[in-house]
Amino acid sequence: MTPTAITAQPVASPHAHGGNSVTRTMFRVQMALVPATLYGFWLFGWPSFFLWLLTILSCLGLEALSLKMMGVTRIKATLFDGSALLTGWLLAMTLPPWAPWWVAVVGGFIAIVIGKQVFGGVGQNVFNPAMVARVALLVSFPVPLTQWVHPLPLTTLAAPDFIDGLRIFLSSLPQPDAMASASLLGYSKTELARGIDLLHSLAGEHAPALSWIGARSGSLGESASLLILAGGLYLVGAGVITWHTPAAVLAGIAIPAAIGHAVDPAHYLSAPAHLLSGAAMLGAFFIATDYVTSPNTAAGQVVFGLGIGLITWIIRSYGGYPEGMAFAVLLMNALTPVIDRLIKPRILGRDRRGKPLDIPAGASQ
Amino acid sequence: MSDDALKEVPLGDAMNEAPAGENYGGIMKDGLWEQNVVFAQLLAMCPAMAVTTSGTNGLGMGLATTAVLLVSNVLVSLIRHTVSSQVRIPVFVVLIATLVTVVDMAMNAWLHDLYKVLGLFIALIVVNCAILGRAEAFAVKNGVAAAAVDGLAMGLGFTGALTFIGLIREFLGAGTLFAQASNLLGPSFAFLEMKLPGYGGALLMILPPGGFAVLGFLLAGKRVLERRLAEKSAAAPAPAVA
Repeated sequence: MTPTAITAQPVASPHAHGGNSVTRTMFRVQMALVPATLYGFWLFGWPSFFLWLLTILSCLGLEALSLKMMGVTRIKATLFDGSALLTGWLLAMTLPPWAPWWVAVVGGFIAIVIGKQVFGGVGQNVFNPAMVARVALLVSFPVPLTQWVHPLPLTTLAAPDFIDGLRIFLSSLPQPDAMASASLLGYSKTELARGIDLLHSLAGEHAPALSWIGARSGSLGESASLLILAGGLYLVGAGVITWHTPAAVLAGIAIPAAIGHAVDPAHYLSAPAHLLSGAAMLGAFFIATDYVTSPNTAAGQVVFGLGIGLITWIIRSYGGYPEGMAFAVLLMNALTPVIDRLIKPRILGRDRRGKPLDIPAGASQ
Repeated sequence: MSDDALKEVPLGDAMNEAPAGENYGGIMKDGLWEQNVVFAQLLAMCPAMAVTTSGTNGLGMGLATTAVLLVSNVLVSLIRHTVSSQVRIPVFVVLIATLVTVVDMAMNAWLHDLYKVLGLFIALIVVNCAILGRAEAFAVKNGVAAAAVDGLAMGLGFTGALTFIGLIREFLGAGTLFAQASNLLGPSFAFLEMKLPGYGGALLMILPPGGFAVLGFLLAGKRVLERRLAEKSAAAPAPAVA
């Protein structure tokens, strides 16, 4: 088993190329994001479109700049493999739709430069770049990152037109209170802190059932949970991701949520409310399934996903922040090397511990 | 060989005394840039990360460390012929601890506001690896004058690094420069204090991750700069070596 045996031209079997590539995988993931993104644009209007556009452009620009500074010669090929575009897209999906322009630029810098290129570029990063940026932005700028605007669908009169949208995007003025609103998770946490239990605070217009149609305040990609789910199922169907990680993440949230809600519905949100709120769907299907920062084996991915789900639920239920998906993903990213070390696939001809299997007596040579 | 190890040999004789102790320019350059405590040796990371939340804090911490480093280098150099190598570490630590206590009490008395901010970290100068490191690596092998220059240079290099990191973190994190500098330097230096109007600040830069990120970028910047300089000097015609 010399190293050359691995890299040498295979001769024995016919090895066909599946036609897959980084670019193709990234393109499929982006396709899966399109419906939810378009719905978000319709719901939150022009400012959200500008935010999305600038986040992606700053990611691409900073990626090109980093590559140039590092002396990479194939800038175009690396730039258009779609990974930076996807990072920017995912980051934009997690931001408040009316966040000012500099949030997009700073977020792009943190995601691409600190989250990815510092580690050596695509495939080398330890942590999910979009989540690094999301957490860094949330910790650095708590106010703009927690101002949720009430949905104003483009077709309604109150929605800002193109010019007004640009003005909202470029000025960092605080939003008028009448437009401000709280996401379901944030709202229930605030009300609990005020001593109002969920049975009362979630009556009326804050009913979790409204989550189903998605017309509610939240991140760009938070409202359209069902469209995200549909995109995720497409990815599973297309074979871009396997079902293990998303199923484990959702189970990791749903199981403790169901238990908590059954025991004390006044203080714990129900499992559907958890699953359809915040970044649960986006995290399960698009963030946690990142090839680079998740374990390699199916069993490892289940452990990884369950950990993300459980930590998310713990942070949502007991933590200081209303949403914990980004923190949970980063924590489990840090554990990924350990998981990969502990859970290894069995080697052919050996048992799980690496001992050679007994050859049954009478087996032909 | 084993007999030699057991014999109590005075330090200064045991270690080969470096004869070239007179190259003060080289020592200064080492301390300030080539062997900078933070940017080259990566020593004393604890104060370098914990204290540099503002330029003033970095400057104060750096100056306190410089004072201790200068005096400890001189004293270690003075006693290098009388202390045996077997007991040198406890002796150095006692010396350094005494000096730190003096600095600690002096700052508490005269720079009380700054002392309240730096507090614990002043006492922790005792275990600052840069100080014991310089005693071990330089002072025991060199004369008093050279040791003093080395202590001063290393201390100023440390001060410069801490102040620089502190200024960057303070500017990005709070939008100010040298906030409360008058606490350290007296009211006449209040003009140093600047504030960027209308900037809320990125809290992360004040928190530990910001410190590591700034240090990382500065280290990378220093390496790039040194490589550029090396390329430039390599491209230029080599000066005739005597």
